[in-house]
Amino acid sequence: MTCATKPCATAPYATGQQYLKDGVLPHMWCPGCGIGVMLRACLRSFEELGYTNQDTVVVTGIGCTGKLDDYLVTHALHTTHGRALACATGIKAAKDDLHVVVFMGDGDSVTIGGNHFVHAARRNMDLTAIVINNFNFGMTGGQFSGTTFNGAITQTSAYGNPERQLDICALAEVAGANFVARSTPWHVDDLTALIGEALSRKGFSLVEVLSPCPTHFGSNNKMKKGTEMLAWLQEKTVPVDVWRTMSPEARTGVFPIGRLVDRNEPDFNARYREVGARATGN
Amino acid sequence: MKNHGRLLQGNEAMAQGALYAGARFYAGYPITPSSEIAQECSRVMPKLGGVYMQMEDEIASMAAIIGASLTGAKTFTATSGPGFSLMQENLGLAIMGEVPCVVMNVQRSGPSTGLATKPAQADIMQIRWGRHGDQELIALSPSSVAECFSLTVEAFNLAEMLRTPVVIAADEIVAHMRENIVIPEPGEIPVIDRAKPTGDPAAYRPFAPAPHGVPPMSAYGSEYIMHVSSSMHGPDGYSNNSPDNAARQIARKNGKFEHHRADIVKTKAFDADDAEVLFVAFGAVTRAARAAAAKLRANGVKAGVLQLVTVWPFPTEAVAELGSRAKTVVVPEMNYHGQIAGEVKKVLGADADVRRVNGWNGQIITPRDILKAI
Ligand SMILES: Cc1ncc(C[n+]2csc(CCOP(=O)(O)OP(=O)(O)O)c2C)c(N)n1
Ligand code: SF4
Repeated sequence: MTCATKPCATAPYATGQQYLKDGVLPHMWCPGCGIGVMLRACLRSFEELGYTNQDTVVVTGIGCTGKLDDYLVTHALHTTHGRALACATGIKAAKDDLHVVVFMGDGDSVTIGGNHFVHAARRNMDLTAIVINNFNFGMTGGQFSGTTFNGAITQTSAYGNPERQLDICALAEVAGANFVARSTPWHVDDLTALIGEALSRKGFSLVEVLSPCPTHFGSNNKMKKGTEMLAWLQEKTVPVDVWRTMSPEARTGVFPIGRLVDRNEPDFNARYREVGARATGN
Repeated sequence: MKNHGRLLQGNEAMAQGALYAGARFYAGYPITPSSEIAQECSRVMPKLGGVYMQMEDEIASMAAIIGASLTGAKTFTATSGPGFSLMQENLGLAIMGEVPCVVMNVQRSGPSTGLATKPAQADIMQIRWGRHGDQELIALSPSSVAECFSLTVEAFNLAEMLRTPVVIAADEIVAHMRENIVIPEPGEIPVIDRAKPTGDPAAYRPFAPAPHGVPPMSAYGSEYIMHVSSSMHGPDGYSNNSPDNAARQIARKNGKFEHHRADIVKTKAFDADDAEVLFVAFGAVTRAARAAAAKLRANGVKAGVLQLVTVWPFPTEAVAELGSRAKTVVVPEMNYHGQIAGEVKKVLGADADVRRVNGWNGQIITPRDILKAI
């Protein structure tokens, strides 16, 4: 989202502008960054689902992604690095009627905060987690993270990353999330639809947004322009139904996108209400 | 029917104190010697419509009680030294975001298993200085089961009044001892709730200057939109790095403790007015100090005890007043370095006769140990 003004107030479609703070655009993200595209998709979905500024709590981690609460006029908690999901867990367990939406980078969600990610999904907390996976720590200058590919060049892996990447969606799936999806800013309509679906589902919902960071990951790996990174993301991704027909070798280095997991298990608060009923004999 | 009281353990009394204060949200990660608090909460909360959450670690426990407090709930957690260390960064978030909550640190000795589950009073400095940045908080230290109850109610009251985390610096001895206590009827002792915003919601600023430095606090879900941040923020809660703003926010966030000093800083004096030998003690060791003072009195020595009920902010005035009257001041505490003795020396000056009695082997300090200093 590189527009320097607010979306048109009379647009015949949902814009989500009622959640945007006055006078904060243009935003801080670099040209070609994917965070703005994701945020716009999200705010449109808020509007379509009838979220109010009052019943919505935006919880953010620390990083470029985590800065986004500063642009919004919903209730918000800007947390500590990696702990957004644990804070959100407390919010949702204490007040079930809030929409709690958690925004994190790949560092936040599955590197420093991996433990909370696993357990929020395992509890099936009724939260929507939106993860910008730009394959590195954007804010601190592009060091490798838990999702950086083996061999990738970053600020702290000049000779290639010795580690292997973690599959965020697979982790959420085995941990017990109800809804898991992946998309990219290149597939913006799908992305918007998947975010809308994730927001409307009970239990733990995850949308992983593979996202360009041309400033760091891109420039370290021969993709200085945002458009080059988008083309690369397009190449790296295949619709999940196609992916399921591919051989294990062909799947290497390719991300399935779309709706990956769709379950309807009771969320933590529903199970806790059963505990309450047993404790009180009702 | 007359209330003859109940035989309770210190940990149970802390849990009961929290319930009395209206707390209905507990999140924690078990660790001896605090686990009975978790056990009690897990049994009682579901019956009262409250929440017991067992989190994946103490980092998450602290995070969860912050999140829950922002919905308007009174929230708490309990741990011991190793878990308390893990809570430090998020405790800093609670101070920065001015989020009321109570953290019970039932102190034991050493890292991880350490000197397994034996008592200590060695977290006093990490309670005060464990975070980064210029941050104040309150710590209260109970010396009996009755105080485990009453100071917990007090801790919630101060947390709500000042929008701050309050630490209960208990030790394994008070936490595990059993004494008969009378739990007051509802309404018998005051319970304070945080001030809520009034007026035009659009004009609400959760971090604005306020009388005595404590702005009213909204709750998530309310029409008073509340933006809370670990980043330096302006009165509206949004990021603001201007040096002037930072100076004002940090001064107000610290200054509110000065404004409320009389509400916060509590001590108890036993035979201290004419004391020539003054024991300055806190937590379980207060009991040994009182026994030692009684023994000295019986032998004609004017001895007394100053109990630090509030450990942080440090009770400078009471220590200065009684300490400067005494010829000898003795500070018994269950740690090696004399964490509180250092503070007492700071108040009384280098020339004062301040003696340390330290125990660090996991055994309680006895009256006899204390008398050796005289
Ligand atoms: C406890 C802690 N460790 C390290 C940091 C420094 N830090 C800030 S943001 C960040 C990484 C951000 O990466 P990511 O979560 O992927 O978000 P992005 O900036 O890429 O959106 C780090 C390491 C911190 N703020 N706190
Ligand atoms: S550094 Fe990367 S992630 Fe951060 S704003 Fe720039 S492009 Fe986006």
